[in-house]
Amino acid sequence: MAVTVDDSSTGRARPVIADAPGSRSWSRAFGDLSQGWKQRALWGHLGWQDIKQRYRRSVLGPLWISISMGVIALGLGLLYSVLFGLPIETFLPHVAVGLLIWNFVSGCTLEGSEVFIANEGLIKFLPAPLSLHVYRLVWRQTLFFLHNLVIWAVLMIVFPHPLGWSLLLAIPAFLLLMLNGGWIAILSGILATRFRDIPPIIASVVQLVFYMTPIVWSVDILSANAAVAERARLVELNPVFHFVEILRRPLLGEPTIWRFWAVVGVITVVGWIVGMLCLRNYRARVAYWV
Amino acid sequence: MNSPGPAPVPSIDLDAACVDFPIFDAKTRSLKKSVLGRAGGRIGTESKVPIIEALRDITVSLRKGDRVALVGHNGAGKTTLLRLMSGIYEPTRGRAAVRGKVAPVFDLAVGMDPEISGLENILIRGLFLGMTKKQMATRIDDIAAFTELGDYLEMPLRTYSTGMRVRLALGVVTSIDPEILLLDEGIGAVDSEFLAKARDRLNELVERSGILVFASHSDEFLADLCDTAIWMEHGTIKEYGPLREVLHHYKGRDVLAEHYAHREAR
Repeated sequence: MAVTVDDSSTGRARPVIADAPGSRSWSRAFGDLSQGWKQRALWGHLGWQDIKQRYRRSVLGPLWISISMGVIALGLGLLYSVLFGLPIETFLPHVAVGLLIWNFVSGCTLEGSEVFIANEGLIKFLPAPLSLHVYRLVWRQTLFFLHNLVIWAVLMIVFPHPLGWSLLLAIPAFLLLMLNGGWIAILSGILATRFRDIPPIIASVVQLVFYMTPIVWSVDILSANAAVAERARLVELNPVFHFVEILRRPLLGEPTIWRFWAVVGVITVVGWIVGMLCLRNYRARVAYWV
Repeated sequence: MNSPGPAPVPSIDLDAACVDFPIFDAKTRSLKKSVLGRAGGRIGTESKVPIIEALRDITVSLRKGDRVALVGHNGAGKTTLLRLMSGIYEPTRGRAAVRGKVAPVFDLAVGMDPEISGLENILIRGLFLGMTKKQMATRIDDIAAFTELGDYLEMPLRTYSTGMRVRLALGVVTSIDPEILLLDEGIGAVDSEFLAKARDRLNELVERSGILVFASHSDEFLADLCDTAIWMEHGTIKEYGPLREVLHHYKGRDVLAEHYAHREAR
């Protein structure tokens, strides 16, 4: 309906729009996502910039990502294979690939909770969709992951694995991981902007989950031991376990277990529903809260 | 009343818009209070978050060709109003509808990375303002010429002075054909020669494309760029009308008459 405002100073009557969608509407929430997507040239550039920035003026540059990851993977893989007395040709790739995936998951979660707080300046001074910062974050973590993938390639050459067509499953698996990074950043980012205790809580939970996830250990060892085999199944209560498995199995040529995919699928759908609800209700509040 | 079609572009319509800031102190901003407060019954309920009403009942409609000066004391709500117009803040009560490509120049340090070169910063800022990489590539020479920074554009931004940063920001903003240009004070850091040049360019831009809202304490600059004015006081519009009248009431004397007389005399 039309509202007419009498502008006494100029004597002109001007219509005021009353039919624009409100701040808490689905169309604005989805509009935020699609506008952010349209600006992919921007976050694509900024994501690269973030990586180049970190290694500016160093001789090896972004190569350091792969090197530092390689050193950790090699060190942990060697250490644990010796400690547990496991064959290095299977255990080292298991640890290394697990770490690669973990790095992506934990990166999205940890940085996700800070995504709006860290971009306070941009949010307050330049009008841009909130999702822009989320896309940038997931893209940056993806670039890190791709750099780290070199380690996987090297390991596959040194310790050949029976890789088949199932390797292609790694692509949808990683896309699912990226998709989940999105809702995690939206949800935890918005909550953390309002409640500043959330980032430290998430940080400590993430650290705990690292040890609960079979990265530097393996479920197979536990299952082989009759005394704890029953309890080893408890690991499936850990959602991160499923994320790691759907990507690690194709990368190491292990048989696909569709149960893990189903769990990840359900988490993705539920997560996005909650994330979008949060975005719909609190999108316009973030600029006030940061 | 007949229902209006979509508003023309560019347009800014604010209808009884309010901006309320919740002020979370260290205690209320943490989870502890909401969690414990709920568990403990009613005790926590009166410890509501204090609110600052930064803007109250702002009703303004701006259309193509409007050049509005924002005047008022520090803390009167000028910057908040500009942010409301840019869409950064959505009104907590009332309505706001902004149509058109907005280019804000608020804080010059924001959206600029001190570690990368001036040229790269120009590109990023352009992308932020909705340009494509291709569009920026065709404009970069024009911007470089306008800023007069020459080879300095290859240097990292941290080596720039404030005035040089202003040149860069104005160069980008005036080259991208925005429909709504929002300028906050602080662009006074450049030398007068460049200021004159920027003024011409801003004038041209406003004639060509749209709406200008400019918050400044410089009467001279306002007189050159604006024809109407909004006087903000305590978060409300105290007066909205022709620039000369509003400035007269705001300053208590006819400053523009003095300004023109001074200019005639020269």
